[in-house]
Amino acid sequence: MKYLGRRLARAFLLLLGVSALCFLFSEMAPGSFFDELRLNPQISPETIAALRVRYGLDQSLAVRYLRWMAAAARGDLGYSIAYNSPVAPLLWTRAKNTLLLTATATLLTWLIAVPLGVFSAASRGRLLDKAVAVGSSLLISIPEIVIAIALLALAVRTRLVPVGGMRSVSSEELSTWTAVKDVGQHMLLPTAVLVLASIAVVERHIRAAVVEVLQAPYIKTARGLGISRGRLLFRHVLPVAANPGISLFGFSLATLLSGSLLVEVVTGWPGLGPLLLDATLSRDLYLVIGGLMFSAVFMVAGNLIADLLLMASDPRIRAGEPDAN
Amino acid sequence: MVEELLKIRDLSVAYSSMGSPPLRAVDHISLALNPGEVIGVLGESGSGKSTLALSILRLLAAGGRYESGEVVFRGRNLLALSESELREVRGKEMSMISQDPALSLNPVMRVGAQIAEVLRAHMGLSQRGVNARLEELLRSVGFDPPSQIATAYPHQLSGGQRQRIAITQAIACNPALVIADEPTSKLDAGLQSEILALLTEIRRRHGTTLVVISHDPTIFAGFADRMIVMYAGRIVEEGKTRDIFRAPMHPYTRALVQLSQRYFVGNVASRARFPIISGEPPGLSRHDAGCRFEPRCPDRMPVCAATDPQEVIAEPHRRVSCFKYDS
Amino acid sequence: MTANPGVAGPPAPRLRVCGLSKNYARRTGIGRKSLSIAAVHDVSFEIQTGKTFALVGRSGSGKSTVARCVARLESPDAGQIFFGGTDIAPLGGRDLRSFRTEIQMIFQDAVTSMNPRFSAEQVIEEPMLIQGLLSKNDRRNRIMDLMREVGLPLERIDGLATNFSGGQQQRLAIARALSVRPKLLVLDEALSALDLSSEAQIVNLLLDLQQVYSLGYLFISHDLSLVARLADEVAVISAGQIVEQGLTAQVIANPTHPQTVELLAPARSFQRSYSEMLGAAE
Repeated sequence: MKYLGRRLARAFLLLLGVSALCFLFSEMAPGSFFDELRLNPQISPETIAALRVRYGLDQSLAVRYLRWMAAAARGDLGYSIAYNSPVAPLLWTRAKNTLLLTATATLLTWLIAVPLGVFSAASRGRLLDKAVAVGSSLLISIPEIVIAIALLALAVRTRLVPVGGMRSVSSEELSTWTAVKDVGQHMLLPTAVLVLASIAVVERHIRAAVVEVLQAPYIKTARGLGISRGRLLFRHVLPVAANPGISLFGFSLATLLSGSLLVEVVTGWPGLGPLLLDATLSRDLYLVIGGLMFSAVFMVAGNLIADLLLMASDPRIRAGEPDAN
Repeated sequence: MVEELLKIRDLSVAYSSMGSPPLRAVDHISLALNPGEVIGVLGESGSGKSTLALSILRLLAAGGRYESGEVVFRGRNLLALSESELREVRGKEMSMISQDPALSLNPVMRVGAQIAEVLRAHMGLSQRGVNARLEELLRSVGFDPPSQIATAYPHQLSGGQRQRIAITQAIACNPALVIADEPTSKLDAGLQSEILALLTEIRRRHGTTLVVISHDPTIFAGFADRMIVMYAGRIVEEGKTRDIFRAPMHPYTRALVQLSQRYFVGNVASRARFPIISGEPPGLSRHDAGCRFEPRCPDRMPVCAATDPQEVIAEPHRRVSCFKYDS
Repeated sequence: MTANPGVAGPPAPRLRVCGLSKNYARRTGIGRKSLSIAAVHDVSFEIQTGKTFALVGRSGSGKSTVARCVARLESPDAGQIFFGGTDIAPLGGRDLRSFRTEIQMIFQDAVTSMNPRFSAEQVIEEPMLIQGLLSKNDRRNRIMDLMREVGLPLERIDGLATNFSGGQQQRLAIARALSVRPKLLVLDEALSALDLSSEAQIVNLLLDLQQVYSLGYLFISHDLSLVARLADEVAVISAGQIVEQGLTAQVIANPTHPQTVELLAPARSFQRSYSEMLGAAE
C-alpha cells in the first residue's frame, strides 16, 4: 500500500510537471491565435485587445497557469477560441472516438501478437518461428504512414470498406444495430493500420521474453521432472515471462490516446488527431494544452496499471526484492 | 549378480556452436549403476561430469548432441525414447538435483506448488492426495510444520531450505535414480553436512540409487560406495571409495586425493603451501595423441605423449587408464 | 584519538578495526534496486603488515559488512578503522585516492566486476589508468610482469576476460589489484567458487605474493578449514558478533563456541572417514 501511495504521489507530480512545461512551451512558441485577426483590417485593435482580456491572455504566464490549474482541478480545462466552446467537452467527444479506435486496435494486436510470440518462442528455430520472424521484420521496417497510405489506396481501389469519417451520411436514420455495423465498417481501415503497425513489436517482445525464460535453469529442472510441454509453457514459463509483457502492455495503454493521432489524420477518423492538429496550427492555446494533458493522464494511468499488474504477478516485486529478474 | 539399474555404453556427447570446432565433453564413456548404491563422480570443472549427468536425462543444452552410445535404464535405451515416453521416466523413475538452488526453483511459484506439479504429473493423485503427499514429503526432509514452507516463494527461503525443496521435488515420486550435480558446492560448510545427511537418509529409506557429482573428493568419503574420476571427458579411474582414497592409482586421482588433505586442519603447519596439480585442464575441442593428463602429470613417461592409454582392469571393481598399470 | 602516529613505539598495525558496528540497513537506490547489509556489532581486530587475518562465518553473519566497511564502501555506525595508523573515516580527496590504491578487494565472482568487452590487458590496466600511473609503454610492461607473476599465459593478453576459466579469472583479479601496489588485500569469498585444484593454485599464489610484497590479507570466508591453513589469526563471526577469536592454531585445536565447531564439522567428518578408510585396509 505504501508502494501504491508512492506511485500515486509520483504520478501527481508528473502531471504537474507536464502541465507546467505545456504552459512554458506555449509561451515560447512564436505567434498567437490573434495574429491572423490582426492582419484583417476589418477588426479593430480594440476588439482584439478586448478578446485577449476575455480569454485571460493579457495576464502574466504565472497567473494564467495558476488560474488554469484551479479550474482544471474542477474539471474545467479552459476555453477554445477557435471553436468558441469549453475545451473539456470538446476534447471528450473526440477522445471517445480515439479510444474506441485505439482500444479495439490494442485488443486485436495483443490477441494476435501474444499467441504468435509464445508459439514462435516455443517452436524456436522451426518453420512457424521463421515465418513469423520474416513477417515481423517486414512490418517493423515499414513506417506506419506507408502502411496507412497503402491500405487507403487499396480501400479506395476495391471499395470494400468505406474511407474517411466514422459514420455514413445517412446514419441517423439507421437502426441501432446497423449503426453499430456502420461504425464498425468505418473503423476497419484505421484499425487495420494500427494493428499492422504495432503487432510486430509486441510479438517480438513476447517472443524474446518467453525465449529467455525457456532457457532458465528452473525450466530445465522442471523439464527434468517430467512436466508436460503444455503445462511447462502455461504454468511455469508464462507467469515469469509475463513481466516484460506487462510493462509493454502498460506502455500501450499509456499511448492509447496519443498513439493514433497520425493515423486518424491520414484516414480521416474524427478523433483527437485532426482536432489537435488544427488546434496547433491555429494556436488554439487551451485546446492544445488540454489535449496534451489528456494524453499525459493516460500515460500516467497506463504506467500505474502496469505497476499494479506487476505487483499482482510477481511475488518478488510485492516483497520489494532488489532484483526481480 | 544384481541386475544393473542403468548401463551407459560407449557414450559420446559433443557441443557444437557456429564457427568453432565441436567440443566433445563426454568421450566414449561406459558405466554401470547397481540399484541402491551411491556413486561419486569426481572431476575438475570442464571434465565433462555435468554433461554426463545431463546426457543421462537427455537434458543437454542447445547445441549438444549424442555422437555414439546408449543409456540403458531398466532395459530401455533412453536415447531412443520419444519425448512423451521420456516424460514418463523423468521425475518419476529418475530425477536430477542441480547445483544452484537459487536458480533451480521457479521464482514466481510457491514452493509447495512446485513440488505438487511433479506429483500431479506422475502420480495420478486427487487434489487431496497431492496435499497429503506434499505434507508427508516436506516433513520427511525436515520441514516441520510443513504448511508454512509450502506457501513460501523461493526468495523467502535460505539457501539450505531451497536446496531441501529442490531435493523434495526430485524425490517426490520415489524415483529409483537421483542425479545430484554439485548439490552442496553453493552452500555453507555446516549446511553441506546437513544436505549430505539428508541424501544418505533418502537412500537408506527408499533404496534410491544416487549419482553425486563434485569437484571435491571429500564429500564422497563416508558417503559414496563407489567413485569414478573424470578427466577431459573420459573416465580415468573407477573404484570403491575406500580404495580410491587409500590407494589412488591414476596420478590425477592421486593428486585430487592429495588436494583433499587441505581439510586436515590442526596437524599441518599454518601457511604451508598446498599440494597442487599445476596447469589447467585441456580444452575439449581437439586432443593430440597421447594421454590427456600427460602435460600435467608428475609421473609421465615417453609413451604417454605418443599413445592414448587403454583402460585396464587393475583389480576387481577397479579400472584405470594409465600406462603405469599397463602390463 | 587512539592512534597518534607521532607516538614512539612499535609500528602501527597495517589495519586496526575498533568496535566496528553497523546496524541493518536497506538502501534503496536507482531503479528499485536495493542492497541489504547484515548488521555487525562491536567487531575489533588488527592485521599486521604481511600477515593474514581471517573472518569466518555463515552467509548472512555480517562478515562481508566488515569487509565493505574496511574498504570504505560502507561507513560504520560506530567504531573506527585505522589504516597504517590513520583513521579512514575523515579521508577525502588525495588521501582517499591513495587509500583506495593501498587497499584492494577481490570478490568471489571476479568476472562480474570486469567489463565483459575488456581484454586481460585492459582489465589489469584499468586501475592504473584511473590513478594516472605510468606511461603507455611502462604500463604495458607492467601488465606483462603482472601476468607472469600471477601465472597467466602471456599469449592471452588480448583474450577476453570472460573467456578465461574460473581460476584464471581470479588470477586476473589479483593482477588487477596488484597493479596499483596495494598493502592490504580484502578477499571476500575469493576462493569459494573455485574447484579444489584451482583453489590450491590460487592459495599458493597468494602465499607467494604475501612473501614478496609483505601484503596483509583480510580473508572473508565460510570455510574455516581452508583459512585455518592460511591465517595467522582467525575470528568466527555469528549473527554480527565475533564469538571466538585468536591465533589460528589455538582456535582450531580448542574450539569453544558451537559455531566454530559447526564450521569445522565437514573437515572433522572427512578426517574421521578418511582415517576409517585407511584403517579398514589394515
